[in-house]
Amino acid sequence: MQIFEYNGSAVVAMVGKNCFAIASDRRLGVQLQTIATDFQRISKIHDHLFIGLSGLATDVQTLYQRLVFRHKLYQLREERDMKPETFASLVSAILYEKRFGPYLCQPVIAGLGDDNKPFICTMDSIGAKELAKDFVVSGTASESLYGACEAMFKPDMEAEELFETISQALLSSVDRDCLSGWGGHVYVVTPNEIKEKILKGRMD
Amino acid sequence: MGDSQYSFSLTTFSPSGKLVQIEHALTAVGSGQTSLGLKASNGVVIATEKKLLSILVDEASVQKIQHLTPNIGTVYSGMGPDFRVLVRKSRKQAEQYLRLYKEPIPVTQLVRETATVMQEFTQSGGVRPFGVSLLVAGYDDKGPQLYQVDPSGSYFSWKASAMGKNVSNAKTFLEKRYTEDMELDDAIHTAILTLKEGFEGEISSKNIEIGKIGADKVFRVLTPAEIDDYLAEVE
Repeated sequence: MQIFEYNGSAVVAMVGKNCFAIASDRRLGVQLQTIATDFQRISKIHDHLFIGLSGLATDVQTLYQRLVFRHKLYQLREERDMKPETFASLVSAILYEKRFGPYLCQPVIAGLGDDNKPFICTMDSIGAKELAKDFVVSGTASESLYGACEAMFKPDMEAEELFETISQALLSSVDRDCLSGWGGHVYVVTPNEIKEKILKGRMD
Repeated sequence: MGDSQYSFSLTTFSPSGKLVQIEHALTAVGSGQTSLGLKASNGVVIATEKKLLSILVDEASVQKIQHLTPNIGTVYSGMGPDFRVLVRKSRKQAEQYLRLYKEPIPVTQLVRETATVMQEFTQSGGVRPFGVSLLVAGYDDKGPQLYQVDPSGSYFSWKASAMGKNVSNAKTFLEKRYTEDMELDDAIHTAILTLKEGFEGEISSKNIEIGKIGADKVFRVLTPAEIDDYLAEVE
């Protein structure tokens, strides 16, 4: 039994023109059994910073709580929101602290940095950062996601088109993976608003 | 370090509500060599007297103004050895912040952490407060900043301030001369004039030290040649 495939997950983030989109599936399973169809994998850190966590669900929840804790203290001390790059460095440091007993998650971080420039990155479970200019993927459906994103992605898409692209990429990829799916949860973030949508795909 | 007679805090409250050790520490600061700082519209300057014990001392080896990070510098009045310890601790804290966030530490955060260290030494057993007040000059995203940190651990942001022997004359002079829209070079001239006010003997590039930081966000200690240029302009 592979521990990273125990619960099943799919997370993807894409860069658009002064905006970004981050999406995940909604299935929570215990190996072959589906337990929930509304599991939150993506969470907001602040209005211009989101983190999606794939992997073991208990670590997803705990890691999210720890990161929110750190960010809240940072906000109080420094009287400002964390920049996405800074947050990514923080996540990497927190994951590496547990180098020999790691959190079994792969984070996907997406945010708008200075001048509303979109920033995305992913890292492995011990904090090795991977920055990308177009898209990042993680989870049990990651191989299908890589293929779908590579085929469908275009640079400088506006928010509407970005939403369509990321939704199609997500749904087609999770359909090829039995451990992820049961719909999708998409956030499209522009400098002025956050659009949240639930997708209905193959409910299996 | 295990003797029970000494494992109590020297900073226990007096009946009048003061911490006597901190008062004494401030006295130590007040009898130290004068140092001062000015915040200009486009930078910060800090300066200090550098009176050496004898003419035999190699003045090039004495550096009172120190970097904490590439864009934050500091100077002190009071006990030199205590200053060295604080500089070491502050530099470590700045590097830890950089390592964690991959972002240079904001001036306010570094000042706060240094002040926390100084406060800890007023509330622990078997230690004494630091006998220095620091002037911290930095330039970050919030612009030029000048902070003073006292032995008690309290810190203040100043437009212009002085510490040490000549503090009251220096502050009066600064109050008269300081303007908000001063540029960095004007501020350096004003700093030199303020130091001259209470200077015993002839002021020269060998017995003062000046550090500055401008919009380039690089803190530099001026060379004696540069100080000579500014002194000539002031004459």
